[in-house]
Amino acid sequence: MMILHKALDIFASLGFFVRRNLTSLGLAARMFTAAIYRSAFLLKRPRLVIDQILFVGNHSFVIIAVSGLFVGFVLGLQGYYTLNRYGSEQALGLLVALSLTRELGPVITALLFAGRAGTSLTAEIGLMKAGEQLSAMEMMAVDPLARVIAPRLWAGIIAMPILATIFTAVGVMGGYFVGVPLIGVDSGAFWSQMQGGVDLFSDIGNGLIKSLVFGVAVTFIALYQGFEAKPTPEGVSQATTRTVVVSSLSVLALDFLLTAMMFSN
Amino acid sequence: MRKSAIDIWVGIFVAIGLLAALFLALKVGNMNAVSFQPTYKVSARFDNIGGLKPRAPVKSAGVVVGRIANISFDDKTYQATVVMTIEQTYQFPKDSSAKILTSGLLGEQYIGLEAGGSDEMLTDGSKIAQTQSAIVLENLISQFLYNKAADSGQEKGAAK
Repeated sequence: MMILHKALDIFASLGFFVRRNLTSLGLAARMFTAAIYRSAFLLKRPRLVIDQILFVGNHSFVIIAVSGLFVGFVLGLQGYYTLNRYGSEQALGLLVALSLTRELGPVITALLFAGRAGTSLTAEIGLMKAGEQLSAMEMMAVDPLARVIAPRLWAGIIAMPILATIFTAVGVMGGYFVGVPLIGVDSGAFWSQMQGGVDLFSDIGNGLIKSLVFGVAVTFIALYQGFEAKPTPEGVSQATTRTVVVSSLSVLALDFLLTAMMFSN
Repeated sequence: MRKSAIDIWVGIFVAIGLLAALFLALKVGNMNAVSFQPTYKVSARFDNIGGLKPRAPVKSAGVVVGRIANISFDDKTYQATVVMTIEQTYQFPKDSSAKILTSGLLGEQYIGLEAGGSDEMLTDGSKIAQTQSAIVLENLISQFLYNKAADSGQEKGAAK
């Protein structure tokens, strides 16, 4: 009898685990469609989105630009050491530009964005919920999904590709700075190899699509975690932690999927 | 912060983003390679295309005149059919020949067009009759070894 009970317990906990995750997935999907569906009114009040772009975009600009510069520096140095062994240091520009446009630009920007903007979105919404501001809004017949969630979601979707583009551009300049004036790679070869190898659509375009997807994922995960946080100080702190963990992991997983789809042929 | 100040800052942010995109398009990616000029399609059959890939350049005298649009296999003749788009501004005689060449020792493969002497020009949908396949390194080596073996066999025969 005891063994049977133990076995049933295992099945029950497995079932609970699956059901809980499915439920939260369903809740997230419902919240996402509702937020998108109710965002039409933002066209009438674009100021709501603009305020949020200032918050998630402008305020992330410095960290993104500085990180991009240093990633470019490091790529320039490391790439040079490796390429120099094969006597093909002219390809440095190509290496720096390809790795930045295809992978590092979108991915590192998304990870930094999750840390810089995602956490503050979660904390803000979580505290709104803890302070019962969201409930108060509902009492006043103001839909929090439309008034609070949708503008932040769109701001993230708009800001993320811009930030990734800035990161990539600054990174290429950083690679140029280390490669050409400091190490002494030929300037003409640096740019011409880069221009010969980087395709406008399949490299830069796909990088942009990646950053757009990451923008949707990171912003939405941050908002969802805030919206579903336990309305206690502890709950908000847990939700903030979960935002970083979940969005970083999903960015990396999505990156693998997108890379496999885009660059497989 | 006043409302107009927010607008200005967000505007600056978006403008920097656009500048970065412009930099990527013009300086990093080669915007000039993406031509929107009218093109015409020409096809050619090759016995072996080696490592030729779609979007590889078509060059004449070393200048890029077009790109490869499509590569397919014809199971009637057991040959590869390569369709290339050539820019309308470049006209080639009908009896031009196409070769698959390699840039550098290990570089990418491309098609080299050599102009013929005919008065008629290639038009949309016409076929290039004279083609030369890609050089496959393995075939070259095996040919070399075969010749060596044949030579040494003859020498042995002569010594007897």
